[in-house]
Amino acid sequence: MRSIWRHRLFWPVVALLTLIAVNSIARPNFIKFRVRDGELFGAIITILRDSAPLMLVALGMTIVIATRGIDLSVGAIMAVSGAVALTIIDNSGDAGNLGVVLIAVVAALLVSLVLGVWNGFLVSVLGIQPIIATLVLMLAGRGVALLITGGFITTVNSEPFSFIATGYLFVLPFAFFISVAAITVIGLVERRTALGVLTEAVGINPEASRLAGVRSRGIIWGAYIVSGTLAGLAGILYASNIRAADANAAGVFIELYAILAVVLGGTSLNGGKFSIAGTVIGVLIIQTLDSTILFLGVPSAQSPVFFAIVVVVVVVVQSPRIRNAIGRMSRSRQPKAAAVEPPVEDKQKAEVTR
Amino acid sequence: MTAMATRIQERASGPSFLQTFLSRHGGMMPTFAAVGILLLLFVGAEIFLRGDFITPRNISALLLDNAYLLVLAVGMTFVILTGGIDLSVGSVMAFSGILGAKLLADGVPAVVAVPAMLLGGAAIGLMIGILVQYFDVQPFIASLAGLFLGRGLAYVVSLSSIKVEESSLLWLQSTRIRLGDWYITPTGLIALGTVAIAAFVLHLTRFGRTVYAIGGSEQSARLMGLKVARAKVGVYVISGLCGGLAGLVLTAYSGAGYPRNGIGTELDAIAAVVIGGTILTGGRGYVIGSMIGVFVYGTIKTIISFMGAEQSWMQIIVGALLLLFIVVQRAIVARSEGRR
Repeated sequence: MRSIWRHRLFWPVVALLTLIAVNSIARPNFIKFRVRDGELFGAIITILRDSAPLMLVALGMTIVIATRGIDLSVGAIMAVSGAVALTIIDNSGDAGNLGVVLIAVVAALLVSLVLGVWNGFLVSVLGIQPIIATLVLMLAGRGVALLITGGFITTVNSEPFSFIATGYLFVLPFAFFISVAAITVIGLVERRTALGVLTEAVGINPEASRLAGVRSRGIIWGAYIVSGTLAGLAGILYASNIRAADANAAGVFIELYAILAVVLGGTSLNGGKFSIAGTVIGVLIIQTLDSTILFLGVPSAQSPVFFAIVVVVVVVVQSPRIRNAIGRMSRSRQPKAAAVEPPVEDKQKAEVTR
Repeated sequence: MTAMATRIQERASGPSFLQTFLSRHGGMMPTFAAVGILLLLFVGAEIFLRGDFITPRNISALLLDNAYLLVLAVGMTFVILTGGIDLSVGSVMAFSGILGAKLLADGVPAVVAVPAMLLGGAAIGLMIGILVQYFDVQPFIASLAGLFLGRGLAYVVSLSSIKVEESSLLWLQSTRIRLGDWYITPTGLIALGTVAIAAFVLHLTRFGRTVYAIGGSEQSARLMGLKVARAKVGVYVISGLCGGLAGLVLTAYSGAGYPRNGIGTELDAIAAVVIGGTILTGGRGYVIGSMIGVFVYGTIKTIISFMGAEQSWMQIIVGALLLLFIVVQRAIVARSEGRR
């Protein structure tokens, strides 16, 4: 029992289940599914579908954060990716052609990959602080996207392209399959090979891992490439959903929500240990909260207040001060309980702040 | 200008003096570089636009149009000097602006509304500071909470723009104190006053020196017995206060409060501070540099609008400039670490 509630995913899961329970009680429709034309509908399905872009971005962000970095440019990369894809489709003159759409998607992903390479180069080769290195692209990226679309919002009517975000495969939304595929691939590569351990090693102590023979440069660089490419895919999903490339609105604030999802999932911003499952739960918490806020009739513009409260509560609960207090309380009840952990954490923190 | 002159003088008196100067004032180099860039921009624009750019009217407008950003950059400088970051300033500015406009529209006198705006900003700053100092939350995340809170509260106050009719607030903007063709508005004076006070506080008070000490090494500062906790909370309160003040300036400037104001302004402020030569790891930089950074930013914006180019270039150029400055800073930091 103890090992369950000390598990680091315990609180995120509790938060998600509480949200779902509250929703189910407040509006019974929440947990109902209905089938129409062999396609499944319902609030939960909508959450799963709409969470796909954030899920992709957050997965990439998890890997970057695990290397003790951060990627602020994901929103801008989304804008560029959407702009590239839609400009190609728009200029082809044959928007309904599946081949054209495939070329557009591949081109957009390649551009995003290059942007990821650029970020990774600044961080891993030039050694610039990740926040600032990716801030460059965050500022310049939207400008580039605006240049690509010529300052307009490019809209297209392309069946194959809108299928990406709004289509259904079997009974579930296609976008859901994309995010499941991304989770599976990232999970397998990071957890079934040594890559995940090496990534954590780099995040915990870049210098020590370098001395131990880990090619930290390549691992950090790779993290930004993955993050950039996933952000590009998210940009395609976003553009496909609204059938337009809006360089100003695509992915605004998504970097913040993605970071929030990663933190909610129990991955520390100090790098090192990361949890893919935690991030997935974090994304679902955010999307469910968003849906709840909408249901409460709060104007969506005011929803940041709720997110602010969530962020504050989560970080305060996770803070060493509170953990130590809880640790002391459980120690006084169970004298033999191992409570060596909190001080260790303190030391780590001190090291980072220094 | 004087910076350039001294550099030329040193070159004349031999490399050893230059080396001493560089090693003593290595931290000032990025700020000198910013001054150089600003002069280059002025001269370039003057030549390119055939003598139409450096006019008293344009230079005066530069301060007027960027007064709010200058105030934000001053607050941001404090935070960055301690090695932190404050993402909330844009939202705090929006919140303070709309709060003031709403209070004034409800008939609250300006003597109450203006302090309320400033206190509102300072309160959000205080929350961030407490999270950072007492709960060991990273500044990035704590100020992210501040960003969400400020933006959300702005929309809670009002979902749409509120016009300001209060004459004393509009006076801040409409008054032009003239000297020939030059002019300055009370908002410009507020911005310059903020810079002056900040420079005084940073260089001549115990608090200011503590801020630099924390940026240099928090551990050492604590071991020296400096009041680290107070200073660390203090810088976020100052940044929040500056956010509130910027809200006042912007509301006077635009004549209305608008909850969508200042989206992304925190990045402009950070960019201006970095361009002005403050190093993001903390401990080095000058508030005067941030002022230069804001002017570089404002000048680029003016040049782009003069040339009639698309605004998208603005973002790209600022991004490129930012990159240039970080690489320069990186080289400086790497060299000073190599010496140690």
